[in-house]
Amino acid sequence: MATESASGAVRARIEEFLLDYVHRIDDGDLQGWPDFFTENGTYKIVTRENFEAGLPLGILFCEGRGMMADRILALETANIFEPHTYCHLQSRPSLIVDPGGRYKARTNFSVIRTMQDGTSQIFATGKYLDVIVLEDGRPLLAERLVVLESRRVDILLVYPL
Amino acid sequence: MALSTAQELRTPFNWPEGGVTRIPYRLYADEEIYALEQQRIFRGPVWNFLGLEIHIPEPGDYRTTTVGEIPVIVVRDENGDIHAMVNRCAHKGALVCLAEKGNAKRLTCIYHSWTYDLQGRLKAVAFRNGVNGAGGMPEDFDPTGLGLERLHVEVFCGMIFGTFAAEMPTVADYLGKTMADFITRNLGRPLTLLGSHSQVIHNNWKLYAENVRDSYHATLLHTFYTTFKVNRLDMDGGITVADDKWHHISYAKRATFRESAEYEKSGVHAVQYKSNLAGPQLIQAWDEFDDGITHSIQTMFPNLAIQFTLNSLAVRFFAPRGVDQTELFWFYLGYESDDEEQTNMRLMQANLTGAAGLVSLEDGCINEFVQRGTRGQADRTGFIEMGGRDIESTDSSRATEAAIRGFWAGYRRIMGFD
Repeated sequence: MATESASGAVRARIEEFLLDYVHRIDDGDLQGWPDFFTENGTYKIVTRENFEAGLPLGILFCEGRGMMADRILALETANIFEPHTYCHLQSRPSLIVDPGGRYKARTNFSVIRTMQDGTSQIFATGKYLDVIVLEDGRPLLAERLVVLESRRVDILLVYPL
Repeated sequence: MALSTAQELRTPFNWPEGGVTRIPYRLYADEEIYALEQQRIFRGPVWNFLGLEIHIPEPGDYRTTTVGEIPVIVVRDENGDIHAMVNRCAHKGALVCLAEKGNAKRLTCIYHSWTYDLQGRLKAVAFRNGVNGAGGMPEDFDPTGLGLERLHVEVFCGMIFGTFAAEMPTVADYLGKTMADFITRNLGRPLTLLGSHSQVIHNNWKLYAENVRDSYHATLLHTFYTTFKVNRLDMDGGITVADDKWHHISYAKRATFRESAEYEKSGVHAVQYKSNLAGPQLIQAWDEFDDGITHSIQTMFPNLAIQFTLNSLAVRFFAPRGVDQTELFWFYLGYESDDEEQTNMRLMQANLTGAAGLVSLEDGCINEFVQRGTRGQADRTGFIEMGGRDIESTDSSRATEAAIRGFWAGYRRIMGFD
């Protein structure tokens, strides 16, 4: 069975990697965000409604580390928004290997957003649909598709999920 | 029923001296005025945006939306004609369509199985003749007067509009020729839906109506515009206000950019972001029109805007959800004639706007900052004199709040706040 090869040491490494991704964002270390992706990796946030209807629009869509770095630079130096933090909660991923040796992971997640006045609320919930490759044994995202359950964003979305 | 006047509000309302250059903060927070807007504006003589034709392409397709706060069904019937009805059963007032969208041959209220055809006529009432010879409706029961409440509907450039007013000019006449021609430029071809999402903003709906007419703020708050030379006030551009002032177009011509010293001198936030894009494909674009306009935003009273930012075409519909909350819908569009490369450029440029828009995300919070900043100060007013005190079109500058004054002129007229 295909899932066999994703168990054991590789699975542990990928789980560690996926946890590291959300912890880094939660801790505000956004400069390192593009480095979780391959050079030409893609990152796209879509709504479940559009995803299931086969509509291609992303609420946010980055192609390659360059665009991701632009996003981070923009939010750190240009964009205006009220200070807030994220706390990601995520499930254990399901993991399968495709014939090309790439790992396909699905992880459910919720993000609780806390505003500067202390309001904490569920900001986003959904699933990560990832394609992960190993480069020199290190997992990297070739693709991260963030499928949001809700089509509605509260206020704005500026930090990556 | 006679319309109440502003003086019949529990707290009488008088527009302050200075007319539309002074905006009373009470208008952003007053529940009674908000309720009056539902009657005078959304149930009144305006064309309300109900959705796009491509939302309901097939017979039986329906979609639900709101006109003001009123729930509305938009449906395409067996003949392909589009109808709009209030989503309220004639019996007890329950929602008839629960789903946001779907396809149906008949519309049935689940509460007591009252069934309507796709034009809103009542076709069947459960147990009308009773059960086992007992109960049932009275002898003289007449279903003909018990249909769903209908709106008048008109389709213009792929957009579906509805009105509760008995007599309305056509949508084109409501817009006026200049406004109608520009919508035709942008939407007057077969459209495709690339996707949509919405954003809840915590402010009165009129703050967003002002915000999209505010060409003064656009390049100051939205740093991304300025830095990457997508839209600056030192490009050729202008503001066109409709004859009746409450709709407008703001436009810019990117090829005419001449760096103005004013940006550097003012030390405004917008010039401090000096980055070359590491991912320049973000704003890779092509010229779609030969009029040189590369950026435009057009409003239509009361709560619609159409953007064409480079090649990113979107309809923005902002629906009131209470006096201090608004749901802003983004419908991103392409043309049926687009090739794959063009579609990809539109999808990439969609990063500029929307809830996570590199350019527009500030609008998600800036209007809330006004809502919060003006709280508890109903007797104070905003000051809207940039570009003078009049409401005239200009092809020489967008450093003006003329279109905002135009919105308020129309608002005063329709609300009876003279």
